[in-house]
Amino acid sequence: MNNLKQTLTRHLREIMIRKLFAFFAVLSVLLLGLIVLFLFREGLPLFKEIPVSRFLLGSAWYPTYDPPEYGIWPLIVGSLIVTMFSCLIAVPFGILSAIYISEIAPARIREILKSVIELLAGLPSVVLGFFGMVVLAPWLQETFDLPTGLNIVNASLMLAVMAIPTISSISEDALYAVPREFKEASYALGATKYETIIKVAVPAAFSGISTAVILGMARAIGETMVVLMVAGGAAAIPRGIFDSVRPMTASIAAEMGEAPFRSGHYHALFATGIVLFLITLAFNLIADQLSAKFKKEGCGTL
Amino acid sequence: MIITTQNVNFFYGACQALSNVTLDFEKNRVTALIGPSGCGKSTLLRLLNRMNDLIDGTRVEGEILFEGRNIYAPDVDPVEIRQRIGMVFQKPNPFPKSIVSNITFAPRLSGVRDGGELDALVEESLKQAVLWDEVKDILDKSAMNLSGGQQQRLCIARALAMKPDVLLMDEPTSALDPISTAKIEELIDTLKKRYTIIIVTHNMQQAARVSEFTGFFYLGKLIEFSSTDKIFTNPDVKQTEDYITGRFG
Repeated sequence: MNNLKQTLTRHLREIMIRKLFAFFAVLSVLLLGLIVLFLFREGLPLFKEIPVSRFLLGSAWYPTYDPPEYGIWPLIVGSLIVTMFSCLIAVPFGILSAIYISEIAPARIREILKSVIELLAGLPSVVLGFFGMVVLAPWLQETFDLPTGLNIVNASLMLAVMAIPTISSISEDALYAVPREFKEASYALGATKYETIIKVAVPAAFSGISTAVILGMARAIGETMVVLMVAGGAAAIPRGIFDSVRPMTASIAAEMGEAPFRSGHYHALFATGIVLFLITLAFNLIADQLSAKFKKEGCGTL
Repeated sequence: MIITTQNVNFFYGACQALSNVTLDFEKNRVTALIGPSGCGKSTLLRLLNRMNDLIDGTRVEGEILFEGRNIYAPDVDPVEIRQRIGMVFQKPNPFPKSIVSNITFAPRLSGVRDGGELDALVEESLKQAVLWDEVKDILDKSAMNLSGGQQQRLCIARALAMKPDVLLMDEPTSALDPISTAKIEELIDTLKKRYTIIIVTHNMQQAARVSEFTGFFYLGKLIEFSSTDKIFTNPDVKQTEDYITGRFG
């Protein structure tokens, strides 16, 4: 009798624990879902006023004029251009440093470098923005004789500093996960260290490295504080790399405080948020696909 | 004599894995190295093509002569040694690439670019490893789709494509089923006409079946080295007899 009671209590406890975990899991997904729902509810009413194409491709962003213009094409271009330039810098730095850390560096230097890169990842973006504003901007302005140092180059450099740790640490994990057997096979076939890295380690880690690059890009495109501080804020399509831009995130952050509740401007900013959400969602889906492929390939099974 | 080791000591950090190993490997013969786990037989094998260089904190003393030249002399390039002394590992480790790319890996490194020459090499190596008939229609497929036994023969073919003089095999069948094992053993028998083979094995029957010479290792020392017949029928040392009759190890 006692035994039966014990079993029942234990059984009950198992069920309770399971339900509790399920509750928290569902709750967190639900909360995120509600945020997305809210984003769409506040953003979509804009398209009663103007068509989607004019919103996305319109080249004038004058949300406070009368009549207002809600074309976010310059903002999209701004976001994409600083992301692209920052990746041009961050991808080589990130991947090459990952290769050095995982394949070449002696154990002690590897530990030091890894912690430095983690430190870099933990740097608050406002600090980077501040640095860009007071150090890099005046230097750029003087060196290249520009009207302002707050421009695409400055923002790209600062974003690159933010994306490098992401790209480097994920690439390093991918390289580290390449089975030792592959490298040994390569050396045993008379390959040098360099040949082993280029022909065996990097191809085997390729999908992991691609994931790293895409997550780094997602980080750069979603970053707000840095671009708000150093991109210059001009909502116009840039004509050169020293022009100022106004990326989507900067625009939302800067204007949300002044936009009257449920006005056209308010809806337009939320709609910009939707566009940003879809872009980062696409980046994450691609990264997911690549890492799934990475797992499938894995090591040879018997 | 193609390879000779003279008073070889080997250390992993402070731990001595081999002491005073002196041993001759004859050309175009199969030599088996047997002994219980941790006796140093794999360590010795990996010394012969300088694979232990890749492990930090190791140290070699003594000389290993390959065709009369000490491969640990300062002016010797380990890459050159590894090109002439191929190796097959315990676990099949083909690259996650196509079958063709696996075979052409080493030839391409040494500068063979000509397509026809590479194709010929692929066919020749796969035929030597008795794998050609099974894979000739799927050469562009990933090597990862092959079975374990096929993968191991692919690894042998990959090593042969480099045209080595010596083939080192580190327990090449321990991860395989009996049928695949039998195929690899047959293969060893045909390969010895052209190559010198040194095989480490846990399986004493395998050593008895495939080799002409056998060395018995225990705790980092070479206990006895002789013709396989003698080791398995009438060993000089009591420890060897105890091991091969299964009384310890």
